[in-house]
Parts: sequence; C-alpha cells; structure tokens
Amino acid sequence: MTQATMKKYIDTGKKDTRSGFGAGLTELGRTNPNVVALCADLVGSLKMDDFIKENPERFFQVGIAEANMMGLAAGMTIGGKIPFTGTFANFSTGRVYDQIRQSIAYSGKNVKICASHAGITLGEDGATHQILEDIGLMKMLPGMTVINPCDFNQTKAATLAIAEHEGPVYLRFGRPAVANFTPEDQKFEIGKALQLTEGTDVTIIATGHLVWEALLAAEALEAKGISAEVINIHTIKPLDDAAILASVAKTGCVVTCEEHNFLGGLGESVSRVLVKNNPVPQEFVATNDTFGESGTPAQLMEKYGLNNKAIEEAVVKVLKRK
Amino acid sequence: MVHKVNSGHPGGSLGCTEFFVALYNEIMELNEEFDMDGIGEDLFFLSNGHISPVYYSVLARKGYFPVEELNTFRLINSRLQGHPTTHEGLPGVRIASGSLGQGMSVALGAAEAKKLNNDNHIVYSLHGDGELQEGQNWEAIMYASAKKVDNIIATVDLNGKQIDGATDDVLPMGSVKAKFEAFGWDVLEVEQGNDLEAIIAGLKEAKTRTGKGKPVCILLHTEMGNGVDFMMHTHAWHGKAPNDEQLAIALEQNPETLGDY
Repeated sequence: MTQATMKKYIDTGKKDTRSGFGAGLTELGRTNPNVVALCADLVGSLKMDDFIKENPERFFQVGIAEANMMGLAAGMTIGGKIPFTGTFANFSTGRVYDQIRQSIAYSGKNVKICASHAGITLGEDGATHQILEDIGLMKMLPGMTVINPCDFNQTKAATLAIAEHEGPVYLRFGRPAVANFTPEDQKFEIGKALQLTEGTDVTIIATGHLVWEALLAAEALEAKGISAEVINIHTIKPLDDAAILASVAKTGCVVTCEEHNFLGGLGESVSRVLVKNNPVPQEFVATNDTFGESGTPAQLMEKYGLNNKAIEEAVVKVLKRK
Repeated sequence: MVHKVNSGHPGGSLGCTEFFVALYNEIMELNEEFDMDGIGEDLFFLSNGHISPVYYSVLARKGYFPVEELNTFRLINSRLQGHPTTHEGLPGVRIASGSLGQGMSVALGAAEAKKLNNDNHIVYSLHGDGELQEGQNWEAIMYASAKKVDNIIATVDLNGKQIDGATDDVLPMGSVKAKFEAFGWDVLEVEQGNDLEAIIAGLKEAKTRTGKGKPVCILLHTEMGNGVDFMMHTHAWHGKAPNDEQLAIALEQNPETLGDY
C-alpha cells in the first residue's frame, strides 16, 4: 500500500449515513415517480422530510405500527409502486420478521426495507434499540438482498441503486456522524466489493461504520510494516466471493469487521466462502454474542471492541496463526 | 382435494364457498389476463390462507389455471401449496398468506396503490374471525379509516369458530361490529352468509358504500363446514380431512361437485 493509495480516502467531513439515505430518497422522489415512502413515526430520524415536502401524495405516515407498514408496502408493489419503508433497524427486522418473511420475501415483493440506527452506535437509547442481529435475520431470508453501506456518499448511492433493483432489499445504515470518504460519484454496484487499499500480509474485510476504522487500522499497521488490503463489502448478500478469494489468495489470512454480532453477520458469510474454497485463519471484529448498553457511540465502539484499535489487535492475532 | 392428500382445511372452505362464487362470478370486474399489478381491475386478497381449497377451486373455474391442476393440491412440485403463494407463479394469487393477520395490511397497500394510479377499481379481502385476534389487523383497521381508504371492502368470515374451539371460548372478541365501527369503518352484516343471493345483495350494497371516505366491512355470518351435516355446528373440521366413508357421505350431500375434477 502506498501513501498515494491511502490519500484517495480522506475524510471530507463527518456526516451520518442516515442523511445519505435521506438525500438518496429525495433524489428518487424527483427522478422515479413510482417510488413511495412509508414511515412509522420516525420521519426526522430517517431524514425523510425533504421527500415528504416535495411528494406529500407519495408519503404514508403509518404511525407506530411497523407490522402494518410492512404489509402496506407489500400491497403497494401490486400496482407497480416501489415502497421504501423507514424505521429503526430493530423495528425494521426483529419486530416484523414474519411480515417480511411472508408478505415480502416469500411473496417476492419489490419492497426496500430501509433501516436506520443499526448497531451499537445508536448510542444512549441502549440495548432495546441497538439491534446486532439484523444482518443475520435478513440474510437468511431467501431472495433478500442485504446492504450495509459505510458512509454518507455510499449510502446515498446505495439508496439510488436499490430502486433500480427488482426484489426485496434490506438497507442498513446508522445514526452517528462518521467520516465521509468514498467518492461522491462512485457508482454503487450491488454485490460488488470495493478494494480500498492494496496489501500483501492480511485482508481486512469491513462493512458499514467499520470500513473507516479499517482504513485507520491499515494506516497504523503500515507504519509497523504490516501491509493490509482493505476490502469494503457493502453487499453482504449476495456476497462477492470472487473478490474475497482473490485477496485471500495473496494475503493468506482475514479479519472481518462489522457492527453486528459475530454470529450471523458478515464474518460468518466470509467463513463460509473460505471454508469451501480456501481455508485460512480468520479473526472476527464484531460483538461477541452480547446485547449492547447505553453510552456514546465512541465509548461503545471502544468497550465492545469495534474500532481501529480492535482491528489492529485482530490483525496481529491472525498473522500469528498464518 | 382435502381428502385426496389427507390434509387441509375443509371447514372454512365450505363455509365460504358461496362467498367466493358470488364474488368472482357476480361482483368483481376482472381483466381477461392475469398480471401481478392488476391495473384496471378489482383485486382480491385472501388473508385466512388456510381456506385455499375453495380459493383454488374458484380460481380454476374462472380460468386462471386448468381445473385438473386442483388434483395437485398439497402435493410435491405443485403450484397449489397448502397455503396460497405467489412463489410458484400460480395465476390469480397476488400475495402469500397463511401466517394469519397480514392480509388486511396488504389489501390496504394495494388500495393505496390504486388511488395513486387513479384506478377506480375496488380491493376485496377476506379474513377469518379468529384471525382478528392477531394484533396487526387492528393496526390496519385503524390505518384504513384514519387515511380514508374507501376503495376497500373487507369481509370477515364470522363463523364463530377456530382450531381450538369457539372463538367465544378461545378469546372472546365481543362485538366485532362495534369494534369496526369504533375504528371508523362502515359496517354491514350479511346474516345469511351461505345464501348466494343474500351474499350478492350484501356485496352490491357494500359496493355502493365505497368512495365515501370510509373503509367498508362486511360481517358475513357463515356456518363452518356448510353443506355437510357432520361438519357443521362444530369446530372439529377446521383442519381435518374426511376419510373415504366421510367423503362419500359429504359428496352425496353435495351432488353438484361429483366428478368435477
């Protein structure tokens, strides 16, 4: 990895990924007349205000009734609408799993389940609102596409991309302002991994908020003479097996990083690819089968081992197992 | 169908046979060809998916798929799953149902889409009365009146029975009529829910009440297992198939179905 490569990814200013969703939805409101939005009493949190202002007839406030929202969305696809549902990740998945399973996934409906405040960085509201199981829940549903973008720009691009994709999608994003570093004009290709840095010693595969942390870790590791290849997996399902295997063929070991339980998350999906094709040592930067708690996002990332330091430690550990 | 595979739900199917016949033959405006979006036609959603036998029977006879295909009900590789689904591409079906309580929301979504599309056709739905115990219904019922979804006619199959017994014993719901009215619906009752003419009249009356700012509900008083004496006045035949002897008796009591498929 050269210094020049790293410089491609500079923080252009901290922004929340949910605002990337809001910006994408606003743009879709202007460009795609079939896009409709539904929200369960969290308009401000989901940054849907601009879409609503510009398209009041295409917005449906359903109240605190997420099950009904999922069913309404499924029904609206009949007649050619492309519904985007908005609530917190917890209420977008666990609370309505059966509605998604039967009325959306099994029925093959073109619903976009847009989930904010995912993971532990929701912060002070605590464990009732911090879902760390949602990727697992959603990726197990046949036909469901699962996307977890890493910053404002990527979330906006993903929001635009899923409107063009026929079929149910789970789009996961978060609350805190984080580094915005992916190029504004970068095209979002569902299912296509992005290689952010080149390296030879270890592959760091990261999703969501952990991607920036992985870049920070790679920079620190470079200073220690360890060459890390950082891969951004924004689409957890379908997974870009080829990109993972190509990188691992070079480096021979992997650290996976996600703001999610290690059970059922990106890490396990990567393990499946490795064990079938090229078994190499893997370490997991993820929560360890635990609920979260109240605290600031930074405090929680530190306590639950989800930051750049934790990634560095995992790299040191995995290198010893090579 | 149910006898052949020794599984399925004859009780509710028999109880709603006249309703389906009336709805599909006398009431709904349907396009020649089936397509998922159903623009320019009325739509129907079955929420209590377990009464798939009567649903499939009527769809087949309306020409959505060959009547002979009814013979594949619940068999491996069939499009006629135990509970209806879009997954196998069966024409006429627009949503999977079986896990109860979801159909009202879906029907309302389709009704909202019709409004967005300036499509003046009506969305019909059918729900079991036991199914109303599922909380999602009440989210949907509240939504429908609040948002003035007045292009829906939701029918409740009020047979007073569910798997474990009478609805009044399992979980009494009080007055379903009062509840719907309290939630802002226009409610009408069809007391003779197994009488074809009464159902047609009720559905026609319901149709005149659409477009007036309120969702419309029909409480259809039916008899589970209607037409087969030993299946009536009990909840025992909710989800049980008749044996050979019972089938012979049942068919004898309903000669019009003999040799049909």
